[in-house]
Amino acid sequence: MVFSLIGHYSLILGLCISLILIFFSIKNFRNSKILDAKILSFTFLQFFFVVISFFCLILSFVLSDFSNETVFNNSHTTKPLFYKITGTWGNHEGSLLLWLLVLTLFIFVFLIKTKNQPVKYKILTLVFQQIIIIGFFIFLIKTSNPFNYLYPIPEEGLGLNPILQDPALAIHPPILYLGYVGSSIIFSSALAATSLNFVSKKWASHIKKWVLISWIFLTLGILLGSIWAYYELGWGGFWFWDPVENVSLMPWLALTTLLHCIFILEKKLILTSWVIILSIATFTLSMCGTFLVRSGILNSVHTFANDPERGLFILIFLFSLIFLSIFIFFFFHKNNKNDLHSIFWLSKETSIIINNWFMMYFLSVVLIGTVYPIFLDVLSSEKISVGPPFYHKLIIPFLIPFLLIMSIGPKLKWIKSNLEDKIYLVSLLIISILISFLIVNNFDSKFLINTILISSALYLFFVTLRDFFIKKYKNISQNISHFGFSLLILSILFNNLFSTEIITNLKVGQTFESSKTKIVFEKINQKVEKNYKSIVGSFSVQNLNGEIDNLLPELRIYNQPNIVTSEADIITTLLSDKFMVINVVQNQDYFNVRYQVKPFMIWIWLSVLLISLGGLMSFFKRENEN
Amino acid sequence: MKTKFLPFLLILILIIIFIIFYRGLKNNNIYTPETNIINEAPSFSAELLYSNKIVNSSEIFNSNKFYLLNIWSSWCVPCRKEHPILMDLGKNKKIIVVGINYKDTKKNAIEFLDKFGNPYEKIFFDKEGIQSIEWGAYGVPESFVIYKNKILKKYIGPINQQSIKEIESLIK
Amino acid sequence: MKIFKLFFIIFFIFSSNQLKADNEDLKSRITKNLRCLICQGQSVYDSESEFANSLKTIVDKKLDEGLSEKQIYNFFEDKYGEWILYDPLFNKNTYFLWLLPLLIFLSGGAIIFKKFIKKN
Repeated sequence: MVFSLIGHYSLILGLCISLILIFFSIKNFRNSKILDAKILSFTFLQFFFVVISFFCLILSFVLSDFSNETVFNNSHTTKPLFYKITGTWGNHEGSLLLWLLVLTLFIFVFLIKTKNQPVKYKILTLVFQQIIIIGFFIFLIKTSNPFNYLYPIPEEGLGLNPILQDPALAIHPPILYLGYVGSSIIFSSALAATSLNFVSKKWASHIKKWVLISWIFLTLGILLGSIWAYYELGWGGFWFWDPVENVSLMPWLALTTLLHCIFILEKKLILTSWVIILSIATFTLSMCGTFLVRSGILNSVHTFANDPERGLFILIFLFSLIFLSIFIFFFFHKNNKNDLHSIFWLSKETSIIINNWFMMYFLSVVLIGTVYPIFLDVLSSEKISVGPPFYHKLIIPFLIPFLLIMSIGPKLKWIKSNLEDKIYLVSLLIISILISFLIVNNFDSKFLINTILISSALYLFFVTLRDFFIKKYKNISQNISHFGFSLLILSILFNNLFSTEIITNLKVGQTFESSKTKIVFEKINQKVEKNYKSIVGSFSVQNLNGEIDNLLPELRIYNQPNIVTSEADIITTLLSDKFMVINVVQNQDYFNVRYQVKPFMIWIWLSVLLISLGGLMSFFKRENEN
Repeated sequence: MKTKFLPFLLILILIIIFIIFYRGLKNNNIYTPETNIINEAPSFSAELLYSNKIVNSSEIFNSNKFYLLNIWSSWCVPCRKEHPILMDLGKNKKIIVVGINYKDTKKNAIEFLDKFGNPYEKIFFDKEGIQSIEWGAYGVPESFVIYKNKILKKYIGPINQQSIKEIESLIK
Repeated sequence: MKIFKLFFIIFFIFSSNQLKADNEDLKSRITKNLRCLICQGQSVYDSESEFANSLKTIVDKKLDEGLSEKQIYNFFEDKYGEWILYDPLFNKNTYFLWLLPLLIFLSGGAIIFKKFIKKN
């Protein structure tokens, strides 16, 4: 109980520090030779208070202090310790505290690590970030306090959804937030730079590191979410175009676009307006996403608490930030008139601009798909659903030119390029088409689109691979990321084309046999674990080559809350995953058994890791002189 | 001037979007299919609970009477709440109560009726839930008021006294 | 380089296999496109709820009766409204949904083109 008090007052103190910081910032702004040491100290102090608050919440969870309403709603004495700890941020209030943690951490590190930049710029960044921080403090304390007191103190908590008791899901929020919330510093910094007319090559080099950090973590965060969804939700799927997934994808698209633009801005003073807009847009999309999933406005598998009052607060906060950004942009930004004139059509700049063009299109598809049902419902009371087919139909055709340009673009020189020595590009293209034709030849559906799609992805694959072996590590980070992307598309495509599945009902001892597979339901094991009862089915699956795999899908019957979950058994190899799930059929003594063979699953994860690896390498690359 | 015009346009668009989101917050995002989507009572054949005969719905719903079709299960908790109301309705001469037993076992269904009473003139046995889908139902309980093969009113969830009043005014 | 290419060709040929669009695949495709009414944002394919299972049985029956994919979608749309379909229909409700992204793509292209043309 005392921890709740400490936690609560830490938050209030943190909020007070925001005001103190703004005061000192204004003072320092007028007389700004150096950054006032007090500002640095208070920024750290604010971060420290949030850490204390967060730590108190963790302690309350660990000690199962049910006088704390959040702990009561989301925990249970029988939960294993690891999940008591990670349950801290698995709920609405706790995750908002995580938001604050990242917000305060990033501005502190920003102030320390930023050298050789104007003091006014640092102060102003701090001020803008504080505006965001204040908003979140108020939101937390007023509508989503993690330290609400319950009396009389309940004996037991309401438990945590067992689906959320999972290692991947436990670290998914912190990693995701480092990216998602981390884009706040880009937002604040861009606004600060705009106000001071400081958007320049120097600024771009400086902010690039932050864009990279945010981008890497966001990529990894999304990866973790997908991996979790793969072995926990639905069956065998890893991306459902669910609103919550889209909401993390949209800032990623904006951030990737921004990253590419920063590479231009580092070298040439063009596209300044666009970079500012993207910086603002990324964080705006993060906030917008927070609004969409926490307000109850959308229907999804993993939305948080549905509370319109909170939704209203976030909505107003979000639009205030947008209006502030618009004001600053139009009032302070001096537009560079001869922007794109100085670009030759066949150059790396052009290919990056085209990349931006396509990325914004993809972003608009995801954004419109996600929010359109809301608009339609409000305007005409018609309810429709927008699901995977929509996104596939609009995105896949455009992926083809996108992949092709991605293959050629990086090979163009800055400023001006020519077409000599590029014959290998054409030969690689022909090879890609041939291979693709061979692969898709066995199918009789969607032959053309698959061939072209695989060709384009293969082309990017070969071009980047060739570059890796031939070039002298000039731009290895970009090479690895692009290669990773091609691998991702290829893995997804092959996975889609070559996956097979068997759905059947079996009793213990029965066998299912098809021309390619034999599944024997051998036995059942029952066990009682700490907070659930476990039923494990033992299966042996024999494929065409005579190899036998043993699969042990599990059913878990939880007591708090009272639900049954199905835990898939997955055998992962480099070539494919074998995926099996069993489900109870009501009032029957047989089980519903689903068995799937999914080729190249692990390559999907590995390719995303490659993509972030490229970013990581870029982050650590020593800066060359301009 | 184009540059002067742009921010105002942008702000206008944003205000409109804000209002739409604001209104969207008030809306309930749980979807209930339009209660008047189907007008014709669907025709179907199903096994009867007690007699195991296959009967076509047109044999039941033909005459000039009012029918209440009630989808229920023994494992459904709200069904127990509405059951006494159904029993009362069953005594009403002006309307005939017909049941669809949804995704149940015959044993449990019959036990349920033995324990709580049987208001139904006939009961269809819908083991797999298929017949209920013909009616556009998606859960239990749901009830339909039928006259001359047309659906007059649909209730999602247990019927209560309010519904009874509406039904009584319909069957005058 | 050549060895690489050869390796890849053989590799892929070995792992490709026949896949005809039979009923199982069709059923999967259809159930992936149907929304489970009582779940929070899951398709019928992914869901294990009672309603989803009944729907799967009906899709099976309709496929056996020889209904086409489009007809099955129409059947469910009749009963439950457009909301149950994950692939939005192209009607007066959804013109903007389908066309707005394309419009944005074209305007984006137009803006870039204009800015380039001014000099070149």
